[in-house]
Amino acid sequence: MIETRSLKTLTRRQLLSRGIAAGAGLVVGSGFVAGRDAAWATEMDAMKPDSFATLVQMARDIYPHDKVGDQYYAAAVKGYDVPEEVDFAQSGIDMLEDASRAAGFDSYLGTGWEADRVAILRGIEDTDFFQRVRGGLVTGLYNQKEVWPIFGYEGESYSKGGYMYRGFDDITWI
Amino acid sequence: MAAPFELTDDNVVVIIGTGAGGGVLANELAQKGVSVVALEAGGRYLPEDYVNDEWESFGQLAWTDTRTTSGDWRVARDFSNLPAWIVKAVGGTTTHWAGASLRFQPHEWKAFTTYGEVEGANLLDWPIDADEMDPFYARAEDKLGVTRTNGIPGLPGCNNYKVFEAGAKELGYKEVHTGRMAINSQERDGRMACQQTGFCFQGCKWGAKWSAAYTDIPAGEATGNLEVREKAHVARILHDDSGKVTGVEYFDANGDLQMQRARVVCVAGNSFESPRLLLNSASSMFPDGLANSSGMVGKNYMRHLTGSVYATFEQPVRMWRGTTMAGIVQDEARHDPSRGFVGGYELETLSLGLPFMAAFLDPGAWGREFTTALDSYENMAGMWIVGEDMPQESNRVTLSDVEDQFGLKVANVHYSDHPNDIAMRDHAYKQGAAIYDAVGATRTLPTPPYPSTHNLGTNRMSERPEDGVVNRNGRAHDVPNLYISDGSQFTTGAAENPTLTIVALAIRQAEHIASEMNQGAL
Repeated sequence: MIETRSLKTLTRRQLLSRGIAAGAGLVVGSGFVAGRDAAWATEMDAMKPDSFATLVQMARDIYPHDKVGDQYYAAAVKGYDVPEEVDFAQSGIDMLEDASRAAGFDSYLGTGWEADRVAILRGIEDTDFFQRVRGGLVTGLYNQKEVWPIFGYEGESYSKGGYMYRGFDDITWI
Repeated sequence: MAAPFELTDDNVVVIIGTGAGGGVLANELAQKGVSVVALEAGGRYLPEDYVNDEWESFGQLAWTDTRTTSGDWRVARDFSNLPAWIVKAVGGTTTHWAGASLRFQPHEWKAFTTYGEVEGANLLDWPIDADEMDPFYARAEDKLGVTRTNGIPGLPGCNNYKVFEAGAKELGYKEVHTGRMAINSQERDGRMACQQTGFCFQGCKWGAKWSAAYTDIPAGEATGNLEVREKAHVARILHDDSGKVTGVEYFDANGDLQMQRARVVCVAGNSFESPRLLLNSASSMFPDGLANSSGMVGKNYMRHLTGSVYATFEQPVRMWRGTTMAGIVQDEARHDPSRGFVGGYELETLSLGLPFMAAFLDPGAWGREFTTALDSYENMAGMWIVGEDMPQESNRVTLSDVEDQFGLKVANVHYSDHPNDIAMRDHAYKQGAAIYDAVGATRTLPTPPYPSTHNLGTNRMSERPEDGVVNRNGRAHDVPNLYISDGSQFTTGAAENPTLTIVALAIRQAEHIASEMNQGAL
């Protein structure tokens, strides 16, 4: 899960005053990226905040789940915000920005509509960068235990005695 | 208790691998007073160690040592270094298996005779038949405590089964039930009944599902005749100038090379490692690999055609609750060429947790077509297709140029579907979707085969030495004291999940080996 650290205490107004809105639900500030509702934030260790915001938006566009908040996508790609990964990520994001400009936009986050971003991603989906980000999301996003309840998945059940007395055959609509 | 044997003891039977084949064979021989050293590449994990978490469990139990792949199967593209989903641990893949315990249908022992010549396939009859196997199946069912045998009641049906059953009956299928499962529906053999926990694939924390890890292995060790050496990775099998095997070299838990002498060697490392070991044991006397005068070592790899159908509904199913493989439709298992293919298939419920569903539903897919399916995860039901795939010589395990951590060449696994496999899978996808459509599915999702858990055929059994690697007892045609004891000895794959047959063959092979030893023929 994303660490909120010192930013946790910011109000939404303070947060917005310190950053600029980017993408659907993101605020980019000096050294941090946050949710626009100030419910979460993450400080950057190695990556430029606007690059990280781009990566978060790209993650959502690859595996869009409208009930899943940005913080989970941010957590899923936070692993690129380390010295060993940041060059790989930045060069990929540069390529993504080039593709966005070639499609007639100022930047990936400047596209506005999901359909435009998906078209840009389709153009780079065979690149190592895209495939590594996508492949990493399969575990990075869907293996977050905090995400599971959003999908209804209940996870571990042994400690609760399994479902023998907790609804293994409880559906009545069939 | 567990008797340690000397490395120089040349009276021991060495068994390589401790799963459904090797683990059962080790116990059966130990019960007869035979001295056995079982070499297991993995460590020992018991119910208290298993975890109800798909990826964490995969990291704990799965065989993730490198393998390479080729051929046109999607696994080679999506999981290029993971052709199989099998276990590296004491007890082998009996920790992971779902528990389905079905006998072959009588005609499936005689696939060539029954199906006739199939272009591009390398069909052959088994040198044994249903009558000969009947008593060994009976003993295997009793050992495993299979439901719907020996007066053991079937398991209750979970939500995933209820949807599957209703759809199947709506479609007119008759042979629909909660399966013949090696999962206790009531307490038996000191093991408790299934608690409908899910996570059957991750090792049963209640011990309700039969696994060699906590049944046959400790039972064999208790005789004092069985020593299991964990984290012992076998490198090659050695032989003398007469062409008899004399022992095996293995890397021990510290990575040091050891040599265990042997009176008999039984190979049970699953259908990739077993042929790999024979090929890596090539010598000047056996330049193409041990026991390979037929050239069949590694060939005719079969994996069942597999595939899954998932479907979403208006209302919740919560398929993860309860037994993973909770029921079966057997009507399509018959041989009926009017459907456009030879052989048949079983339909069995299956569920995956959200993490594995994301990984396996449509590997490589992205975007809303994919994510909207996962959005309905709670309302999803699922089934697995298990059908007979055609043996083909070109589907094979060879030695790769890649080497493992010990400097041994790893297995390359090559597989391409036969037209019969494709026709059968298409039929099964349609029937599977029809089952769910019959009870109001809002969307059905054909899902490609996962990395293989049923790996068969790479050291096949044959009447004639030129057609296969081992004879009717699993004994190498070329080497009198070398046996194959796992699914790699399968001549053809049949439509049924293979474990019960592997266990029955191991019980039978133990009788044979003990008899040969008593007669001084081994």
